[in-house]
Parts: sequence; C-alpha cells; structure tokens
Amino acid sequence: MPVGVNDQEGRLRPAPESFLSEELISEISHRGVDKSRRDLLRGSFAAALAGASGLTFADDPNIVNVPEWSRSLGKPVATNPYGQPSPFEANIIRRQSPGLTQTDQASVAFTPLQNLFGCITPSGLHFERHHQGWVDIDPQRHRLMINGLVKKPLVFTVADLLRMPSVSRMHFLECGANTALEWGNSAVPTVQYTHGMLSGSEWTGVPLSLLLERAGYDRDARYLLAEGADGSGMTRTINLTGALEDAIVAYGQNGEMLRPEQGYPLRLVVPGVQGVSWVKWLRRLEVGNKPYATKDEASHYVDLMPSGQLRQYTAIQEAKSVITAPSAGQKLLNQGYYCITGLAWSGRGSVRKVDISVDGGRNWQEARLEGALSSKMLTRFNFDWVWRGEPALLQSRVHDDTGYIQPQRAALVAERGTRSIYHNNAIQTWRVSPSGEVDNVQVG
Amino acid sequence: MFRWARLSIVCLTFLGGNALAQDYLSALNELGRTATAAELSAWDIDVRPDFLGLPPGSGSVAQGEALWLDQCASCHGDFGDSNEVFSPIVLGNITEDDVRTGRVAALTDPSVVRTTFMKVATLSTIWDYINRAMPWNAPKSLAADEVYSLVAYLLNLAYIVDDDFVLSDENMEDVQALMPNRNGMTEDHGLWSVNGVPDVVGSACITNCSVDTTITSFLPDYAMNAHGNLRDQMRHYGPLPGVQTAPTPQLSVSQPAQSDSLDQIPADLLAVSGCEACHQVNKALVGPGFTAIRARYAGADASAYLAKKIRQGGQGVWGSVPMPAMNQLDDTVVEALALWLASGK
Ligand code: HEC
Ligand code: HEC
Repeated sequence: MPVGVNDQEGRLRPAPESFLSEELISEISHRGVDKSRRDLLRGSFAAALAGASGLTFADDPNIVNVPEWSRSLGKPVATNPYGQPSPFEANIIRRQSPGLTQTDQASVAFTPLQNLFGCITPSGLHFERHHQGWVDIDPQRHRLMINGLVKKPLVFTVADLLRMPSVSRMHFLECGANTALEWGNSAVPTVQYTHGMLSGSEWTGVPLSLLLERAGYDRDARYLLAEGADGSGMTRTINLTGALEDAIVAYGQNGEMLRPEQGYPLRLVVPGVQGVSWVKWLRRLEVGNKPYATKDEASHYVDLMPSGQLRQYTAIQEAKSVITAPSAGQKLLNQGYYCITGLAWSGRGSVRKVDISVDGGRNWQEARLEGALSSKMLTRFNFDWVWRGEPALLQSRVHDDTGYIQPQRAALVAERGTRSIYHNNAIQTWRVSPSGEVDNVQVG
Repeated sequence: MFRWARLSIVCLTFLGGNALAQDYLSALNELGRTATAAELSAWDIDVRPDFLGLPPGSGSVAQGEALWLDQCASCHGDFGDSNEVFSPIVLGNITEDDVRTGRVAALTDPSVVRTTFMKVATLSTIWDYINRAMPWNAPKSLAADEVYSLVAYLLNLAYIVDDDFVLSDENMEDVQALMPNRNGMTEDHGLWSVNGVPDVVGSACITNCSVDTTITSFLPDYAMNAHGNLRDQMRHYGPLPGVQTAPTPQLSVSQPAQSDSLDQIPADLLAVSGCEACHQVNKALVGPGFTAIRARYAGADASAYLAKKIRQGGQGVWGSVPMPAMNQLDDTVVEALALWLASGK
C-alpha cells in the first residue's frame, strides 16, 4: 500500500509514516526525534528506499486500480440542498479552549485559521463569542429602532432595510480579547486558540450614515449606543464620528443572510473596531452626547495597565499579523519547499507590507501580498521557504498604511504589562524543531 | 464614505435627472416610520453614568438579600464571591482607603482576583446591566424596585453602604461618589479613534536586528494534549499534519474483549482510530452517534457486518453522507470496535 517515491534528494513521499510502526510514530511525534529514534528512522527509510529502485517509481495503486468513485454513478443533485463540506474535512471545525470559560453560553469557539486559505472565512467556521448564548430571531418580528438625539425616532422592519440602498464591503472582525491568553506566557497549542477570534467576510447592508440622516441626527453628537435583542441586550458605545464614515447595519455575510451565531437578522459592522462593538441581533441605535459605560466597557473590555489604571473605550484593533501555516501543532512532513502563509490586518487602514523572519526577528524579508488590499480587511501573505532541517523561529511583522509597525512582544509588554487582557497585537513566534514539529514559543 | 450627498450623486447619474432624484430621496424617506412613545419606553432602557434613563424607584439591602438568595446566589454564590459560573462580583478586596481615593489599590497586585466592584467606576453600569441581563437565565424579568434592592445588596457586600441602606433614584449620585474605583479609568490612549496615536510601535529593522531570541516560554509536554489531540485538528493528508499529542495509544487489544467490559466506551481506541472526526458517542455529527448505532444493532449479532462496514465504508443506512473506508486500521482494532458497537442492549 505505501508508495515509496524518491527524487534526487532521496526524499520519501508521502508521509514517512507509511513505513513506520505506530508506536514509533507516536513516540517520535510526542517527544521529537533523538539520536536513537533517528537511527531507527533511518533504518526504516533505507528499507523503503531499497524497495524502490533508483529513480524509478513504484506503481501507485490509486492510479493503477481505478478508484471506486471513477467506477460508479455519483449522487443526485440537491442531495444536500444546503451544501456541506466533504466528509473528509469533518475535523476542520470551530473548537473551544477547555477551561477558558466556566459556561458554554458566555464562551468562545475559535476559527481553525491553520486550515483556511485566502482571506474570506467560511461563515460556518466564523468564530463565536457570545455573552448569553445565541438566539434564533424571527426576522418578521424583528425591528430596528433609532432614537436619542434625532429629529424623529424611527422604527424599521427588516423588509424596510432590505429595500434600502445597500453596500457590500470586505472587513475583518477580531475580538478585542484575541490572543489574550498569550500576554504572560505561551498558553495554548495552536493558532486556532492563539489567534482564532478573527475572521474576514464580505458584509452587506445599509450604511449607518444613511439611516442616521433619515432620522435627522444631531450634528454635534459624538456617541452612538448599539443594543442587541438577545438576552444580554449587549450594549456598546460607538465612536459616532468614525462610524459615520464606514459602519454598516448589515444583514448579509458572504452572500447569504447572517448566520444566527453572527446576529441574524441584523448586526452592526464597525470596521477596524473590536468585535464586541459589532453588536449582534441589533435592535436599537441611540445617538448621544456622552459615552454609556455599559457592562462590557466598564467591567470587561477595559485594559488594565501596570499603574492600576484601566483604559476605557479602547476600540481600534491595531495592525497585527500571524503565520497560519506552518504553525504550532503542525509538523513539516519532510525537508524541502514550504510556503509560509498567513494573515495581516489593520484597524486603521490597509496593509502596506509584511516581513517574515525565520530566525526569531534578527533578519527580515518581504512576503508577497495576495489579492486586493482592502482597508480594514484581512490580507493573505505568502513567502517561499526551503527548510533543510535546521531549527527555526518563524515570525511575521506587518506595516500598515499609516506607517505603524507591529511590535515585538517584549516592547508591548514593557509598556502595558501582562495583565491588560485585550488588544495583544504582538509579533507571534513559532518554533520549528529539527524533527519538523512546530510549537508556540515566546522569545526575549 | 456613504454620506447622503455622495449617495444622491450616485443615484442622480443613475436616474438621469434632478426631478427623479428628488423623487427618489422622498421615496426613500417613506421607508421606516416614527416610533411611538410606548415603543420607546419599552426598548429605551439604557441608564447612562449621569443617570439619564434611570427610572424612579427604591429598594433596601435586606430586600436585595432575599431576592439575591432566591434568584442570583445559585450562580454567583450567597455573597457574590463564587467563580463557579462567572468571575466573582465582590470578594472583600476593597479598602476604606480605596473608597476615599476612588482608586482600588489592589488592581496593581497580580495575586488579587479582579472583581466587578474593583473595576467598575460607574454605578449606572451595575444598575443597567442587572436590569437588562440578569438573572442570566431569565433576563428582563426584574422590576425597577427589585433592581434597586439587588444593587443595594451588592453595594453592601462591597462595604460601600451599610446594612440598613435603601437605594433609590434620589441617592444614586451620592453612592456614585463612593464607588471604590470611580477614578480608576483613563481615556488617555490611542484606541478610541482611528486617528489615535499608538503607544507602542514596532521596529523597521531588516538585517542583524538586535533582538533577544532566547526562548522565554513554551508549552510543557503535559499541556500539549489539553486541547485534545492536535493530530485531529489539522488536515491529515496535507503537507503539515498535526502533531500526535494524545497519550501513546494502547494497541494491545489483541486479546478479545471480555463481555463485561463491552459496556465501557473504548475511548482510547476511538481516539487513535480517527472515528471522532465524524462520530460522537451520544449525538450525531457527520455520522450517527455510537449510542444510536449500538441501539440499532442491539441483539442482532451484527459484529461481522459492522467490522466490514468500518473497513469498507459505505452509505445509505443512516443517510446519504458516505462513511469512508477505514482500511488503514489493524484487524484487531476493527474487530474490537465492531464487537463493542454490536454489543448494545
Ligand atoms: C444562571 C446563572 C446566573 C444567574 C442565576 C445570575 N447570574 Fe449574573 N451572571 C452570570 C453570568 C454567566 C455572567 C457573565 C455574563 C457575561 O459573560 O457577559 C453574569 C454577570 C453578572 C454581573 C456582571 C458582572 C461583571 O463583572 O460583568 C452582575 C452584576 C450580575 N451577574 C448580577 C446578577 C444578579 C443580580 C442576579 C440575580 C437577579 C444574577 N446575576 C443571576 C450568571 C448568572
Ligand atoms: C469521514 C467521516 C467518518 C469517519 C472518519 C468514520 N465514520 Fe463511521 N460513519 C460515517 C457516516 C457518514 C456513517 C453513516 C453511513 C451510512 O449511512 O451508511 C457512518 C456509519 C458508521 C457505522 C454504522 C454502519 C451501519 O451500517 O449502520 C459504524 C458502525 C461506524 N460508522 C463506525 C465507525 C468507526 C468505528 C470509525 C473509526 C474507525 C468510523 N466510523 C469513522 C462517517 C464516518
């Protein structure tokens, strides 16, 4: 069954696992390769090589024995009227971090960033963060109210909003507490848990400014209260001046209606601002002349400084980047070419440049940026790398179009300490060991 | 920029005439309607730090204690100090000095658990939140007087007011002046506005940068499996498979399972055999739950059939989603799993 394919390097493909006993594999993958295990490995490789002679290739049974899917009638259309990923992708799912929260309704499920491509997050894998569970709202019975410092308080049905002029914009959404577990030390084993409260989507809806114009908002007002219709009645103070520029009362996400976990049927989209302000199940917008100090901007989402002061109304997500593959918990199959890939974003504008270091930040080279560089949206970066078995420390560093550069962890901690929970945008380090295993480490 | 002016220009070009654009603007204004007074009072429930929005009413510490024990203590503890369901609301870390200065000194001490009353600067926050969101399982069920009494009880637990205190819309401002961390917030940072000035900016250095590359932190071995087996969280067939972090599998299942052990879930075996990607024990995932499978084949002597199905995969018994052939598994593993799956009662 295993195929030994060798090229000029004498490399073996696919996974050398095929030639190894289960015990050996799990020993190695758990503890790394030491001298005695390395010798054992060599033995197995040599045996496999002996089987395949020189530069000829063994026949691949997956080719010579025509597979069953090529020899049978496939399934009818609309077997799954709402399509599903391949069953072979069933392990690529949102996951919780055990012990992070005491309940499942005030909790988080993280996006599997290590397994995703491009910069759009599939809606079903979009991270979840709720404070009082998620709800299924009947759109027929849902309303949006606009009140406060307006000439005329208004009520809209979902039909009204769907009828109005709409915009579609690509924006990232990052929880203010993304990477919160990593302030003090390396705490979680993969990028899903370090950075997985992050997503990129196309959002469709009515510009906030249009709705506020319609209500005749007070030009001197500087604040907006956004309120949800769920049990928590989530409320957040929004910077009105910023929101008039680009906030959206959204109903669409990636071409379909919002998922219930994302606020169906209405959510406020506040580009560049932390996720908690993107109030889900949006029912009310109040224009005001003072901030509101709601629970989630007075007890939580306040950043504790070493002085004991709490920074209140921290909203903007500063520029940040992370390598999503190779990343912690993965293992390089063998030596040779790898594409180091990842995501970069900035809450202040667009990504200008991403640098990659494979030596812990000593030397940097520029990565390729893929696709259009949209403002306040994820940008995918790629970097060609040849790994020859040497230990490496992988880092990425983003520059945004305001000239801001993502800081090293040590610099951020020197200013803010390790107890501020929110807004950790430090450079992330992944360590590649000679065995090919990658893990989450901190340097300096 | 979605300013009205811009929008009408866009639409002007679209509609090709000023008259039409006027038409369009007023037609747009027909969407949505004015909110009624009753609607506004039903939904406009927020209470601001200056107490704008606070409804009249009052409640005593004693009333609050009774309500608390009845409706809140199960989650927050009798004294608001439990961390079972959420972080503690009060713990007794607030000093008289804090109340005097309006700064909670213990916030600089990493060994002290941060409670709600150590952080929150504004009394309105507590009132507003309990009123809109608590009790957690029955939000928006409390009357205004009940909220006043619950806030009074919490203030008492935090040593801010006495046992015989009655909180009301009349004295909220007086109590605000006693909030232990009322001076503890700062808005002096760059994160409120998109134009804010960052406090820390990274280095642009490209070569031979002076950085310390000593590893200062990594996950110890024993923590690697705390999030489950990482091997199952990556693409098995990709160039970057997951690291095996589950304990070394016990593959010594060659001795046939004893009938008395068949009721036990062979968790280790399931974990290393890749079934959990699609099956859970008690509920359907991609494939049916194992409990459902065991119930279906109870007493049917189906172990040979199930072993074959595991080896070869197939579809149509539970739905149209196919199960792939699991032909990488040892016979002993397949047989042990099939035996267990066929042993339902
Ligand atoms: C079923 C469990 C449960 C019950 C009952 C309950 N709570 Fe809560 N409470 C919670 C949870 C969970 C949170 C945190 C929610 C979140 O993450 O946003 C919370 C948060 C709070 C907070 C805010 C704490 C902070 O710092 O954010 C207050 C105040 C509070 N509850 C008061 C009450 C009162 C008063 C009652 C009774 C009327 C009550 N709770 C009943 C579970 C409960
Ligand atoms: C990629 C997804 C996937 C994996 C991995 C998987 N299964 Fe399944 N399994 C399914 C699906 C889908 C069905 C339903 C098939 C059907 O309807 O006939 C199923 C059905 C079954 C059944 C019921 C068969 C019947 O005919 O009633 C058994 C038993 C079973 N699986 C055992 C296992 C075991 C044991 C493993 C691990 C060694 C495993 N499965 C791994 C998807 C999977």
